[in-house]
Amino acid sequence: MNLKVTIAGVEWKNPVTTASGTFGSGAEYSEFVDLNKLGAVTTKGVANVPWPGNPTPRIAETYGGMLNAIGLQNPGVDVFVKRDIPMLRQYDTNIIVNVCGKTTEDYIAVVERLANEDVDMLEINISCPNVKEGGIAFGQDPKAVEAITAEVKKYAKQPVIMKLSPNVTSIVEMAKAAEAGGADALSMINTLTGMKIDIKKRCFALANKTGGMSGPAVKPVAVRMVYQTAQAVKIPIIGMGGICTAEDALEFIMAGATAVSVGTANFYQPDATIKVAEGIEAYMKEYGIEDINSLIGCVK
Amino acid sequence: MAQKVKNIAIVQKNERIGTDIYSIWLKDEQIAANAKPGQFVSVYTGEADKLLPRPISICEIDKENGLLRLVFRVVGAGTRLFAALAEGDTVEVMGPLGNGFCLEGFKKAILIGGGIGIPPMLELAKQLDCEKQIVLGYRDELFLNEEFEPYGRVYLSTEDGSAGTKGNVIDAIRANDLDCDMILACGPTPMLRGIKAYAEEKGIRAQISMEEKMACGIGACLACVCKSREKDHHTNVNNKRICKDGPVFYADEVEL
Repeated sequence: MNLKVTIAGVEWKNPVTTASGTFGSGAEYSEFVDLNKLGAVTTKGVANVPWPGNPTPRIAETYGGMLNAIGLQNPGVDVFVKRDIPMLRQYDTNIIVNVCGKTTEDYIAVVERLANEDVDMLEINISCPNVKEGGIAFGQDPKAVEAITAEVKKYAKQPVIMKLSPNVTSIVEMAKAAEAGGADALSMINTLTGMKIDIKKRCFALANKTGGMSGPAVKPVAVRMVYQTAQAVKIPIIGMGGICTAEDALEFIMAGATAVSVGTANFYQPDATIKVAEGIEAYMKEYGIEDINSLIGCVK
Repeated sequence: MAQKVKNIAIVQKNERIGTDIYSIWLKDEQIAANAKPGQFVSVYTGEADKLLPRPISICEIDKENGLLRLVFRVVGAGTRLFAALAEGDTVEVMGPLGNGFCLEGFKKAILIGGGIGIPPMLELAKQLDCEKQIVLGYRDELFLNEEFEPYGRVYLSTEDGSAGTKGNVIDAIRANDLDCDMILACGPTPMLRGIKAYAEEKGIRAQISMEEKMACGIGACLACVCKSREKDHHTNVNNKRICKDGPVFYADEVEL
């Protein structure tokens, strides 16, 4: 039975990774998860310099999900390279570094800094809804998506995954633009912009007023977007959005995702990634599936 | 550092001790064996519509019998679920989490608890081996105060003046002319802000246990940060993680 998938020439032992921002760089979760059993670890976003993030409260629970507005707090690429890459390299898994920035130059600075580092793939976050400058500004206009993709590709030594926002009229247009810009793969979806009001205190639940919604409640939206995009582009898709179980992951794979990311479920169940990977294997046994690749996009 | 674990704990006893306040004893030998005063546990609802674990401070630790006591206020759907747990029920718990209080390096302490920040001060009062004065602040209804009496002189404050000093915990400290060389406190942020100012005024150190909305509970998601005076070694910015580097900080380390 084969669980291996290949994305942009990088082989994963199974199609399961972590959704950026929910797993740090993996050190904290390694007490609960054998990182060797993951196809890849996708790190929290890293910028060229340290970012302090947003004021608190930064999160709020919603029905079947949550809102977050962390604001991409990160220690900066220099600390990340010295501390987190060697930590992750102890494990037999792929390292996907999520890259964030406020300007094109910021993104390029990180990509250049990582060019000679031992990382396997880059995921470019052009879709964070919680940072005013940059982030989402690059992800809501097809011309901007194509331009930032092409710029990053000029400097990147590793395959480039563009992470797309669902907060657009047509995510398919953004996906095509990323492909036209030379993207090697797509990650989708980032969080949906939402809001919660605390009626006892009569204020916003988040200091940032709005936040990105994630968790099982968003899954049908994400599956639909992955399906539509898979029909329109040739590059592989890493699907995410509310995946808690192997059944959830299999929906994304059948809709056209080559791999999947587990995000908010890590908060609900710290070893959710492992449960998803094991559950996919169990499904394949039960249904006599020899190769996971035969399930990718099998529902037309 | 003691290993944190996620286990299925068994409810030994659950009783209502105030209008919205519940006291629950959980059997979990591993967590009880490793727990220290001022640490907390993440309690899971087991329902994906309420998917974030609820951080609850540890009120008492009975290592001999492998038991943990949590005292919590019902504030929403998650804690309402915990209030309904009965003897023999199970609940998923991760812990012990956070750093806990430092118990050494001082001779005379004031322990301060405010509202639902009172419970973790009970195990601290039991374990702290020095001269102790205990100040408990309430809005109106008292809970747990009698359980503190074996461990030190207890001073109360209530906002409505129905018991002890009318006002807040700082009013009670001033009214009773208390002094110490270490304050240890847990309570709402405005109270902690007042304690930080009082400690600075008097030139005494204070350990304060902070709270913030949390998601992962183990230091990965960066939801529950507080502002720190110095650049933090881990985050590389002036932010510390309450769940991992705290919840207890020296008041002069953080900005409130």
